Amino acid sequence: MAITEAPRIVTSRLSHSDSHTLERYLATGGYEGLRKALSMTPEQVAAEVDAASLLGRGGAGFPAGRKWAMLRKAPVTYLVVNGDESEPATFKDHLLLERDPHQLVEGVVIAAYALGVTQAFIYVRGELALGMERVQAALNDAYEHGAVGPDIFGSGFGVDVVVHPGAGAYICGEETALIESLEGKRGFPRIKPPYFPAAIGLYGEPTVVNNVETLSNLPWIVLNGGAAFSALGEGRSAGTRLFALAGKVRNPGVYEIEMVKTTFRDLIYAPVLGGGVLAGRDLKAIIPGGVSAPWFGPEHLDLPLGQDEVGAAGSMLGSGSVVVMDDQTCALRAAWRITKFFWRESCGQCTPCREGSGWLEKILRRLEQGAGREEDVDLLLDVCDNIAPGITWPPQQTTICVLGPSIPSSIASAIRMFRDEILLHVKEGACPYG
Amino acid sequence: MAHLSPDNLERARALVALYPHPRSALVPLCHVAQEQDGWLTPEAISDIAELVGTTPADVLGTASFYDMLHTEPVGTYVVSICTNIACMLRGADDLLRHAEEHLGIHPGGTTPDGMFTLEEAECLADCGRAPCLQVNHRFFGNLTAEGFDALVADLRSGTLDSEVPHHGTLCRIRRTGGLSSGKGGPPAMAAAESVPEGGS
Repeated sequence: MAITEAPRIVTSRLSHSDSHTLERYLATGGYEGLRKALSMTPEQVAAEVDAASLLGRGGAGFPAGRKWAMLRKAPVTYLVVNGDESEPATFKDHLLLERDPHQLVEGVVIAAYALGVTQAFIYVRGELALGMERVQAALNDAYEHGAVGPDIFGSGFGVDVVVHPGAGAYICGEETALIESLEGKRGFPRIKPPYFPAAIGLYGEPTVVNNVETLSNLPWIVLNGGAAFSALGEGRSAGTRLFALAGKVRNPGVYEIEMVKTTFRDLIYAPVLGGGVLAGRDLKAIIPGGVSAPWFGPEHLDLPLGQDEVGAAGSMLGSGSVVVMDDQTCALRAAWRITKFFWRESCGQCTPCREGSGWLEKILRRLEQGAGREEDVDLLLDVCDNIAPGITWPPQQTTICVLGPSIPSSIASAIRMFRDEILLHVKEGACPYG
Repeated sequence: MAHLSPDNLERARALVALYPHPRSALVPLCHVAQEQDGWLTPEAISDIAELVGTTPADVLGTASFYDMLHTEPVGTYVVSICTNIACMLRGADDLLRHAEEHLGIHPGGTTPDGMFTLEEAECLADCGRAPCLQVNHRFFGNLTAEGFDALVADLRSGTLDSEVPHHGTLCRIRRTGGLSSGKGGPPAMAAAESVPEGGS
């Protein structure tokens, strides 16, 4: 395994401090993909995206081409961009929104053209104020430039793009909750079926919801062809992907990497990437794919960064986040903090998630503080089993959305990998890590 | 309806016109109101209800779902310290403890002079610079205890005024282009016109 010479597809401009401006964008090939797309038929554009085998970069990893194909049979009314990046330790869309907003706008217009959509919404996480300003400024310039609005580049095709601010709610990253939120309501996920956005989406109309990074790939794909994209990576994991590396690592940051060709070890230890565990300590565990994902240990370091490879090993690439814990990290405290997050962010619709997350948080807190009991470990698993029966991966669910079934991941991982360490908290009546 | 300033009322009507259904503007209007007052006042909630065609209770019930919308007064600067996993691994618990001592308040509290409100935040998506925080939703990263004290001093002295707008201000860039932003009329789009009323 190695770090390959694959082209930078979505981060090509980031070495420029003015990467967010129209001037820089046009000077670096900006809106050429859109011009090319407009010279093709919408079907041809969609076929290129299909050929690219672009998997959605939001978390679920659903093929973008197939998502579109479900809709091309019937007219699509709305395109909604999911820019509500909130999965803990995920910060790649934040980067794209702030540093290359025109690339996103171009991707949105290409997608709108392929889908025949005349109204698009970019839902930006509320906390990302600068990102929102950059996207709005880019849109204003793009309208002026003729790249958005009526009759784009004289093609006769037009689309209106509206930036919509979120207001602080993790659950709104779930696509049906995002749609509810965009309709001006609480971000309550809708039950699927029947509320698949493709069938009954925004205002009850067929809707495509795509992630920021997913759409940011489109200008390159149209310009270079779907085959050039799918030639990168391997199998179902085509192209490059952004990985957000965080935690106990020397060089945390966002790295664009060719999928499958690079391993967790490369990402964490390569001098040009993570640079190794902080202070040269030993690696204890990694959380791949966001805090909804089951953890890996050092034995998984040589696993390739590919969707199927990570899936087969019992976890997921999810949102593209990788968190490193070192040998001084209390695994129980990590599991408690993650569970506290889910408890705070549970929307409250479903009893197993709403009540279960609170119970789990309390049990984990007392264990971590040294006030727990040995039986608490089984109690934790019992509560988890009520949220996600069998505690399997991928999880079964008793809830409307996958937030609830994501809660057991960190708890079951901590128990599976560090049961002795958890019990030491009980025996010593305190956290062994202080 | 008279609480929102004439300028904000105009902004609000333009926002409502961007959407096929007025209700979609509810959260954006809450942000406009927060930008004006620093928090979401009952008077502003009444205005918003009228603008989007619902009741004040409905606006309050919706707004209370969202962490960024404050239905009670907050300080001039809302300091939100992330303690989620990536920041926790980089010393966020110590940073929060230090902030509590330095400001003399706990999360949810406001200093007696009304300058600072402290919040314990969930992941703010700036983990490359952990531990991080936001002041009125502007990022500050790689923070130490000393760095925090310097930040507070700079905020107090006003040297960060251009970087940190007052609380509630999100997007300072107004929409200038677009099919439906011209005279505040409805979107002139065939797709928008075909949307049935109350479609969801």
